[in-house]
Amino acid sequence: MNRTVDVLVVGAGPAGLAAAARLAAAGAGRVEVLEREATAGGVPRHCSRPGFGADARGRALDGPAYARRALREALRAGAVVRTGVSATGWAGPLTLDVTAPTGLERVRARAVVLATGARERPRSARLVPGTRPAGVLTTGELQRTLARFGPRRESVGRRAVVVGGDPVARGAVRTLRAAGVAVTAVVTGPPSPAVAFAGVPVLVGTVVTELLGRGRLTGVAVRGPDGRTAVLRCDTVVFSGDWIPEHELVRARGLPLAPGTRGPVTDHGYRTTEPGVFAVGNLLRGVEPALVAAAEGRAAARAVLERLGGAPWPAAGVPVTATAPLRWVTPGLLGPETGPLLLRPERRLVRPVLTVAQNGVTLRRERLGGTLVPWRSVRLGEQWTAGLDPAGGPVTVDAEE
Amino acid sequence: MSVTRTGPLPAGEAAEYDVVVVGAGVVGSAIARALARHPLRIALVEAADDVGDGTSKANTAILHTGFDAAPGTLEARLVREGHRLLTAYAREAGIPVEPLGALLVAWNEEQRATLPRLAEKAERNGHRTTRLLTPTELAAREPHVGPGALGALEVPGESVICPWTTTLAYATQAVRSGVDLHLDCRVEKVRPGDPYHRLVTRRGVLRARHLVNACGLHADAFDALVGREDFTVTPRRGQLLVFDKFARDLVRHILLPVPGPLGKGVLISPTVYGNVMLGPTAEDLDDKTATGTTEEGLAGLREQGGRILPALLDEEVTAVYAGLRAATGQEDYRIAAHPELRYVTVGGIRSTGLTASLAIAEHVLGLLADCGLDPGPARPLAPVRMPNLGESFPRPYRDAGLIARDPEFGSIVCHCERVTRGEIRAALASTIPPGGLDGLRRRTRARGGRCQGNHCGAEVRALFEERPYGEGAR
Repeated sequence: MNRTVDVLVVGAGPAGLAAAARLAAAGAGRVEVLEREATAGGVPRHCSRPGFGADARGRALDGPAYARRALREALRAGAVVRTGVSATGWAGPLTLDVTAPTGLERVRARAVVLATGARERPRSARLVPGTRPAGVLTTGELQRTLARFGPRRESVGRRAVVVGGDPVARGAVRTLRAAGVAVTAVVTGPPSPAVAFAGVPVLVGTVVTELLGRGRLTGVAVRGPDGRTAVLRCDTVVFSGDWIPEHELVRARGLPLAPGTRGPVTDHGYRTTEPGVFAVGNLLRGVEPALVAAAEGRAAARAVLERLGGAPWPAAGVPVTATAPLRWVTPGLLGPETGPLLLRPERRLVRPVLTVAQNGVTLRRERLGGTLVPWRSVRLGEQWTAGLDPAGGPVTVDAEE
Repeated sequence: MSVTRTGPLPAGEAAEYDVVVVGAGVVGSAIARALARHPLRIALVEAADDVGDGTSKANTAILHTGFDAAPGTLEARLVREGHRLLTAYAREAGIPVEPLGALLVAWNEEQRATLPRLAEKAERNGHRTTRLLTPTELAAREPHVGPGALGALEVPGESVICPWTTTLAYATQAVRSGVDLHLDCRVEKVRPGDPYHRLVTRRGVLRARHLVNACGLHADAFDALVGREDFTVTPRRGQLLVFDKFARDLVRHILLPVPGPLGKGVLISPTVYGNVMLGPTAEDLDDKTATGTTEEGLAGLREQGGRILPALLDEEVTAVYAGLRAATGQEDYRIAAHPELRYVTVGGIRSTGLTASLAIAEHVLGLLADCGLDPGPARPLAPVRMPNLGESFPRPYRDAGLIARDPEFGSIVCHCERVTRGEIRAALASTIPPGGLDGLRRRTRARGGRCQGNHCGAEVRALFEERPYGEGAR
């Protein structure tokens, strides 16, 4: 079946739903959101802790409540949200192949907004050696398993080790404990946010060298910063954090990826290099909080509406890249709009001096007051790119301690 | 015909078989299938809870031509015949095969000098279509190959195949044609006798007029149970890395190493699932259960792979695994009939066992006849058509007619591999249902993709636990 819509949004997480709500409310015409999972809402559906803003009366929202509200707002604005429907590939520019229980479709849109989010790298992508037993999870699978089978330790295990050092690891510890699973240790690389997570020892500078056990996990072998090795007995290991964008549709279309983020290169209007195709949310760079992703979805509506109104697609802007010890910077292109840069270091940086330069000419150089950490992004305001030559060469962002 | 996983084995006359095949890997399953053509009572007995759970599930998944076999050996003959037989069978049974052809890439002068000799060897093995490629021709064929390649030998006919579907197809066809498959049924003792040998298992006693040892890595241990000590199996570990489907466009052929005095090197090969595989290592071990990967092994593979195909290392790894090959210190199979014991040992089936499986089965049938088995007249086997796991062949999620008949085939559960609820349900209700989530993955690819179950793990587990038959029932 061939159909045409005005805007096709792929992914009903915070960014996709926010974009759809704003676009539908602004009179963008038929705005359709495709969600491959059975329910809309994205990652927050499984995060039952506050930190997702507040409702109209000022009460803190948890993840599931936030997800329900985001869906309600999109529907109320007039967007169509279809769940259990998968976009499987491109049939042409702005045309997607779709598989649904109702059949195959070829949906053509005047604008496509990709909001497919991010996933945590599993054990294999982290190249962790050993056997392949049951009991090896990511935080996402842990949360989904508990949501599906109930928060009982039978559904996960009895004794767990968490790998990763960012706030997601903290969340995994909390989730495991709430389910009655004992947590032996958190194993983390050099950048560590704390020495203990709620009484659970954090093994800093430590790597998992082997998974043990056949059938079921029996332990993980670790190596500490002094080279000493040990085996932590456990029947469950949770690999947390270490996000990678779900960029399958981006790559299937051959759109360039930003080297640091593995997300598509976009400008401040969330335009990719393909006319009519936008990208928002955690697809751009792994994980930011839901509220940040949603704000991007809303912000993207402006450029989408311009596109629907017949505005020409701007020529690709000036590329921006970050160099070590910075991990990435987004967006990957500057111009025609201006806006802040979002930046992450690959390790802890205390009061670093940041330099933004174009073609080797410094645009701004300044010492930052605080400490940068790998699990939080820092925003550089528009003043950092003031004086940019839109016709000039590439921009780089450097940091020195 | 039945499949059992738990509970006591059949007793009395129901436990009396003309032939018991021990080991339901690709070779044992092929033998059981070949026997099933005849009016015989046959059992296929397996220690693990699934067919193909040992070496058959963790290998390089290549359908070899046998171009580089040692001419004149049994292996050379059975690989050549097996390639022809399995190519035809795959078409009939729906096993995905892609005849990509292989390139043996030379990286130094010594390897380049070896290529013409390999071409001659191939000719002695009956393969006359090999061709030497210049560096320019190689670069045109494989634009992503790293700098420094001095040339290549092209071997048409080398193919990639789905090893899981192959074993499962043989076993399924055997069961549908009347074979009893007893899983989770390790043979602990054998009491040779006449007219029946008694096989003592954890789940009861089976009686067998004729016995076939297809125990793979454990063939020497099973031989010992019947009092034979002809060879020792040394497990040779091969570690492998499987890269994301995004890497598939980087390589068009199977890139084989040129064998030399410093070992065989590693290969880079597309898989029928649309991934790219790098490996294997070759480590001689003592432990027949050492199927873990190691830090050094994986680092070594990445180093070697990065030289062959530099862009490969930029892609995500979706699986790391290791398999064990059954090395016996002899560059040939160890297949032997022991007529006095009405017993055939099928040992030392090395990395070519998948390719040779159907030819090995025919060969073993002949040896059983030498041991006094009268198979009786042959009849057609029950037909079998396996669900397609190959990326280059139609998959249910793109099949409008199938989805219209059953909407569950339009409901994708595993997003990375695009496995539908319909396929998972069908696998759970199939002739040989999976015994666990790994078995389900080998039947459907569910949980086998880049997220490794992050998205679908809980849902797939729920479908498995709701499966239509009871816990491990027949």
